This record gives sequence, C-alpha cells and structure tokens, in this order.
Amino acid sequence: MAKNTIIPFGPQHPVLPEPIQLRLVLDEERVVSAIPVVGYVHRGLEKLAEQKDFLQDTFLIERICGICSFIHSLTYSMGIESMMGLTPPPRAQYLRVIWSELHRMHSHLLAVGLLADAFGFENLFMQLWRTREHIMDAMEATTGARVMLGTCCPGGVRKDIDPELLKFILTTLVTVEKEMDEQMPVLLNDYSVKQRLCGVGILDKQVAYERGAVGPTARASGIAMDLRTHGYAAYGELDVEPMVETDGDCYARTKVRVRELYQSMNIVRKAIGQIPSGPINVPFKTKPDGEVIMRAEQPRGEVLYYLKGNGSDMLERLRVRTPTFANIPPVLAMLAGCELADVGVIVISIDPCISCTER
Amino acid sequence: MFTLIGNVFKNLRSKYATRLYPYEVRESFTGSRGKLEIDPNICIYCGICAKRCPANAITVSRKPDKTWTLDPYRCIVCSYCIEVCPKKCLHMNPKHRSQE
Repeated sequence: MAKNTIIPFGPQHPVLPEPIQLRLVLDEERVVSAIPVVGYVHRGLEKLAEQKDFLQDTFLIERICGICSFIHSLTYSMGIESMMGLTPPPRAQYLRVIWSELHRMHSHLLAVGLLADAFGFENLFMQLWRTREHIMDAMEATTGARVMLGTCCPGGVRKDIDPELLKFILTTLVTVEKEMDEQMPVLLNDYSVKQRLCGVGILDKQVAYERGAVGPTARASGIAMDLRTHGYAAYGELDVEPMVETDGDCYARTKVRVRELYQSMNIVRKAIGQIPSGPINVPFKTKPDGEVIMRAEQPRGEVLYYLKGNGSDMLERLRVRTPTFANIPPVLAMLAGCELADVGVIVISIDPCISCTER
Repeated sequence: MFTLIGNVFKNLRSKYATRLYPYEVRESFTGSRGKLEIDPNICIYCGICAKRCPANAITVSRKPDKTWTLDPYRCIVCSYCIEVCPKKCLHMNPKHRSQE
C-alpha cells in the first residue's frame, strides 16, 4: 500500500496573490485532503480599531482589504448608522451603490485575470487587467484614489460625484463593455480554458450549503444567495437578481463572475440614471451605543460585521467575518480527490483574499 | 482555439498600454489625492488635524516654536485633516510625491 505524502502548497506560490499555506496530503498525484495554515498576514486590525475613534475607524476598516475596501467601509458605516438610528440621504445611498459596483467590477476582473494566469493564459490575464485599469481610473477621477476611496462615512458619503464625472463613468463603461465583449468569449469558450476549468473542483449544492459557502462560490453551486437582493443602500430600487449556475465547477464560478460583471455594469448605469439630487450626508452628534450585526455583499461573498459600542468615541469590540473565511471549508471539499495540477486553479477559483481573512 | 489571435494583431498595431515611468508620468485627475500641503500663513496651529489623523502622521506644537510636521511615510492621504481644519489651510495636491 502506497504511503501518503504531504507537500506544502504556499505560502509563497506563483498562483497565490496572498500568502496561505495548504498542506496537501497526496496519494501519488491525487489530493486526498488539504490542511489550511493561515496567519501569515495577520495585522491585528480589530484590536487597533478599538483604540481609534469610530470615525477614524472608517479609514482603518477600508484597509482590511486592498480589493473590496469600499464595501468594508460601507458595511461598517451601515452598522454604525444602525446603532445611532441614522438614515443616509437617498443620493448618498445611490453613490454608495455606484462605488460598490465599480469595486465589484474591478475585483471580478482581477479575479478572472488571476485565474487566467493560474492556468497559464498570460495574454488573457494582461488584457483583463488592462480593462480593469479603466475602472480604476473612474474611481480615481470620482474619489481621488484608486482603491482606498475613503468616501464612505457614517451618515452618508464624504464626496459627491458631479454630472460631468457621472458622464465619465458612463463613457468608461462603454469602453469596458467593448473590451469585455472581446475578452469574455475567450474566457468562456476557448477550448484550452474549458479543458482546465470544466468539471474541475466540483462543489455540490448540498456540500456548499453545509460548509457555508458564500458569494460566487455558493451561487455557482446553485444557491441563489445574494445580499444585494435584501435591498441595502439603494439596491432595493435597482432590481438585483442573483446570478446562479448549477455545475459547481471552476468554470461555473468563472461564469458567475463574468455574468456579474455585466450585471454590475447595468446596475451602475441604472443608478446613474435614477440618482436623485440632494444632500450626501446627515449631521449627527450621537455616539454609537449597543450591539449590531451588519451584512453586505462583497465581490467574494457575504461579509459580516459585529460592532459593539458603549456610548463613547471608541468601539468596545469590532469583529469581521470575511467571505474568504467562509469559503475555506468549501475549497477543502473541492480539493479532496482532485489532481495536484488542478490545485492552483481550484484555489484561485474562489478568489481568495487572505489579508481580509486574517485582518 | 485561436479566438484571441485578432486581439494579438490589434495589440501589435496599437500603442503600448504602459508608460516608461519615471520618464513619462501620467497626468493626475483633478481631484486626485496626491500629497498633503499646508499654507502656514493661515494655519493657527490648533492641532485638530493631528488629533483626528487616523494614522498619527501629523505633529503640531505651539511651544517653543509653532510647528506643523507631516510624516509622509505615515500619511494615508485620506483627506480627513482637510475636512476638519477650521481655517481650511490644508489642501491636497493632485500630483503624487515623486521618487526623489
């Protein structure tokens, strides 16, 4: 009987954008199981947040993730608003949707680009990242920064987008859509790409549900779960439908992201078309008091914030459950029984964000 | 299998997507948050910016001399200090710090 071998996959590995180690238990070339080892990028942000006031925390919270930063600050702000009984003005809610969806688009383009790099399609990777730059430009033009937007705050948003810049976003979306129309058929229909993605890393709907998969990972396994349908910010007025696939393999996860890219584009267009005029934040003098759990849909799935205030400037406790944390148990189920050569593609197919997970 | 071949030829004919930085620098957007600057003639050295800065990048002292110091390596360019400044003496230069 052959003995199992354990090999380390990561923390430094060409396909991994961030450090996580998976100890792969192998029977020859087949993975029997995987043991995750995390803790390489822990920064103690939750503890640090308790030492800063709740308005300074907005900037700190954004730095939990370098990809979905705006949605982190949005969820945090919604939590603080819920504790203080604030309702942001409608224009602020629409601006939050616009920036959230731009973030989702750049995150999904980054994710599918990294996936293309993981299966060796370097040209496609470069093309997708080049398209992503247009969205980064739209974010820089509207907020002043490419990733750490710093525009969301309790009570609304810090910065308005004037009509010329709203037009600039629409022009950018035309360019992005044109380029995506050229690239996405390659990603979805190319023979070699399909060979690497179809039937690889299958996650059954029942297993996805039991292991608590979230976001595109869950939706690709047939679970119609998208928090945007709950209507936070202005999503309630924009008719968001969850993008669901049923195959549960790497190809289905990629397809969900591609469909969501087009969906986000439509949401931004609709939000810009419907955006009301008016103030962008509400003044307040109260301090957060009580406990709240707030959820929002990030590009990778559902993020959950637990906030506890005591009526002072400082929060007593801040806890974040990020989507990648929820997607690690499902990815371990995907890896069991797969080929060693497919491990990279499977891990990247959940779009792991380790700095989020470790905070 | 050759679906991206048209794109390859298009790229051969088109301009580079990248620039030869630092020889060719991209124009900043008007509202870009590049680097924080102060007008010392308006500043009253009240220290609110230092107190509110999330990164503790600003130091203000009134004695013995009135000084306002920014640690550019700590600054996260969030503009929060500009918002809270009572005299509006801080502003953001859209040009990023150069590499010197």
